[in-house]
Amino acid sequence: MSTITHGYQLIPPRAPPVATEGVLPWLRRNLFSDWKNALGTLVIAALLAVFVPRLFDWAVVNAVARPDNAACRAIGHAGACWGVVAEKYRLILFGRYPYAEQWRPLLATTLMIVLLAASCYRPFWKQWLIALWVVVAAAFFVLMRGGVLGLTPVETARWGGFPLTMMLSTIGLGTAFPLSILVALGRRSRMPGIRTLCVLYVELIRGVPLISVLFMASFMFPLFMPAGMTIDVLLRVQVGITLFSAAYLAEVVRGGLQAVPRGQVEAAASLGLTYWQTTRKIVLPQALRIVVPAIMNTFIGTFKDTSLVTIVSLYDLTGALQLALGDSDWRKFFLEGQLFVAAIYFVCCFAMSRYSRWVERHLNTGARRN
Amino acid sequence: MEAPSKPFRWSWRSAKFRALVYQIAAVLLVVAAGWYLVHNTLANMRVRGIQSGYDFLRQPAGFAISESLFEFDSSETYFRAFLIGLSNTLRVAIVGIVLATLLGALIGIGRLSRNFLIRSLCGAYVETFRNVPLLLQLFMWYFILTELLPPIDEALQPIPHVFFSKNGLQYPIPVWALDHVWVAAGALVGCVGAWAWRRFARHRREASGSAPPVVLPALAIVLAGGFVGWLAGGAPSALDFPEKTEITVVGGGAVTPEFLTVLVGLTLYTASYIAEIVRGGIQAVAHGQHEAAAALGLARSQEVRLVLLPQALRVIIPPITSQYLNLTKNSSLAVAVGYPDIVSISTTTLNQTGRAIEAISIVMLCYLTMSLLTATIMNWYNRRAAIRER
Repeated sequence: MSTITHGYQLIPPRAPPVATEGVLPWLRRNLFSDWKNALGTLVIAALLAVFVPRLFDWAVVNAVARPDNAACRAIGHAGACWGVVAEKYRLILFGRYPYAEQWRPLLATTLMIVLLAASCYRPFWKQWLIALWVVVAAAFFVLMRGGVLGLTPVETARWGGFPLTMMLSTIGLGTAFPLSILVALGRRSRMPGIRTLCVLYVELIRGVPLISVLFMASFMFPLFMPAGMTIDVLLRVQVGITLFSAAYLAEVVRGGLQAVPRGQVEAAASLGLTYWQTTRKIVLPQALRIVVPAIMNTFIGTFKDTSLVTIVSLYDLTGALQLALGDSDWRKFFLEGQLFVAAIYFVCCFAMSRYSRWVERHLNTGARRN
Repeated sequence: MEAPSKPFRWSWRSAKFRALVYQIAAVLLVVAAGWYLVHNTLANMRVRGIQSGYDFLRQPAGFAISESLFEFDSSETYFRAFLIGLSNTLRVAIVGIVLATLLGALIGIGRLSRNFLIRSLCGAYVETFRNVPLLLQLFMWYFILTELLPPIDEALQPIPHVFFSKNGLQYPIPVWALDHVWVAAGALVGCVGAWAWRRFARHRREASGSAPPVVLPALAIVLAGGFVGWLAGGAPSALDFPEKTEITVVGGGAVTPEFLTVLVGLTLYTASYIAEIVRGGIQAVAHGQHEAAAALGLARSQEVRLVLLPQALRVIIPPITSQYLNLTKNSSLAVAVGYPDIVSISTTTLNQTGRAIEAISIVMLCYLTMSLLTATIMNWYNRRAAIRER
């Protein structure tokens, strides 16, 4: 700069402003911003410092991982007995399925999980995916049921554990979803007969707990059938779960249908599209996109609700746990078994909710509110 | 302007005619299916010798109920058994709704805290309790409350006169006397006084601009009314304390571990959903509202009461209504831990009398009624509390 400044004095440069990036500013902002925050941080940190090491000692350091009953009893309350999981995991995961044939439900469940994971991936959303689903569903039943291809037959009363949970949820939701779309469309129909039927169905099912529906399916359904005809308990329970989920999904889809602007339907009418063409090509894609988070929530809820079949004596994952720990030797260590099953459910449900957020973000769905 | 109505033509090309045909077909199909089911049911019941009808409600029950607010022994009627089941369900549902709302609101607000530790802990709570099935949680709490607690002769005493053991929780209760009616009467007079104070405060605020406080004085008037009533009733203050003897604890009020299991399990599970709803409601209020309130010079308490809550409540109340209904329906899982709610009583009745349809229909009727009542109350509150746009 020129030194001819006509008497102006250059003031020295200002000191840099208070730092906002970095560890210390983050700590100050998030943990110690004012005295109440600082006090809360100190109290919580003190509680964590007391309880977390004790929890770690119980769960990891003093824990017994071998399936050794004597060692577990010796360690008592000081350490977790993960040996109960090592001892009973096959009973918990597969229920009362015959021990030698347990590779079949393992294979069937693995196929289903792989196909579910593949279905989440956008490039796979083609026509052949549906055909693949039909094939895998058929393979699932063939593997579980047996009786063909040289596999020993296993009756449905012995199916249990994680494969049963997967089957009830996947098939229940797969059949409930199209049914729910029909019911939601029927509820918005201008024909009073159809509308009344759909309203009655949804409000009756939503007003009662799932247990009532399952009790109806297992106790009352045999009375509804003509004498001599018996329907498998598993099929009845599956139908009960399907009808229950369809009612809740119908309400969710109806919310989405209400959010599609009426101008879309009017524009479709002006283009000469029929009701079903409009619904299939214009209304439903927009409606379903809007309510993807609520649909995923209902899916997660149904997955957890399959645990209720324990009460009608079908041994899914929760029921198989009760069976496995009826053994009086291992009964004291029920908590570790329950934590194991809770962890399985947690992983599945958490994965589903993460996937739901991914779908929201990447498909431009949901109501974006920044 | 509506288009002029078209004449009705008996032809497949008319939309109205087709709609009529579809509806008649659908209703006929449903009625035919219903008739087929009823016909089969009646035939099956005749074959199996099952009687039908609700007259079994007047017969003696023949089973005992492990806990209830009212006296019950096995010679009482089935009808009374169902009433007791309903009272048990309502007991756990109402207490559960109150506790879950309080806990859920706290955790929902905690998820928006500036403090990272509080935010993370509340987030961990919500994720943990939402992703594990309620039945499994009930089994876990039942195991903890019945196996891991000490037996009654070594009961824990967390605070004096309160005993906590495998047999449940025992606590001091007042000895109910007729004089307590005075307390209720006094509190009722206090409620009228509080309403009058509210009207006066609003009148003064609109007339002069100075706003007298409303909430605390109203609460004080109700409490003062209750206190005066208590004095007028002769100040009954007898308390029944539980006493610890050699082998057990006698006296005082008690709740069973089954009730505690269902209450704690339902509360913690539903509170995680309510926390997410409350968080969503608070986040739905635009940040500009907070800035505008600050620009107007409102204190934080005024801002919350006048700006934030009305807008947040209109987003919160409908989903919370569903959660209350879910809690009431989830209380039916009590049958798995042995708490005698209405589903459990109806299952016992069904097993004893074989009247499956009647028992299940009574249960469904009770739940439908409770759902309708809760929805009506919440809709009334929604109209009052939530702000409505033009």
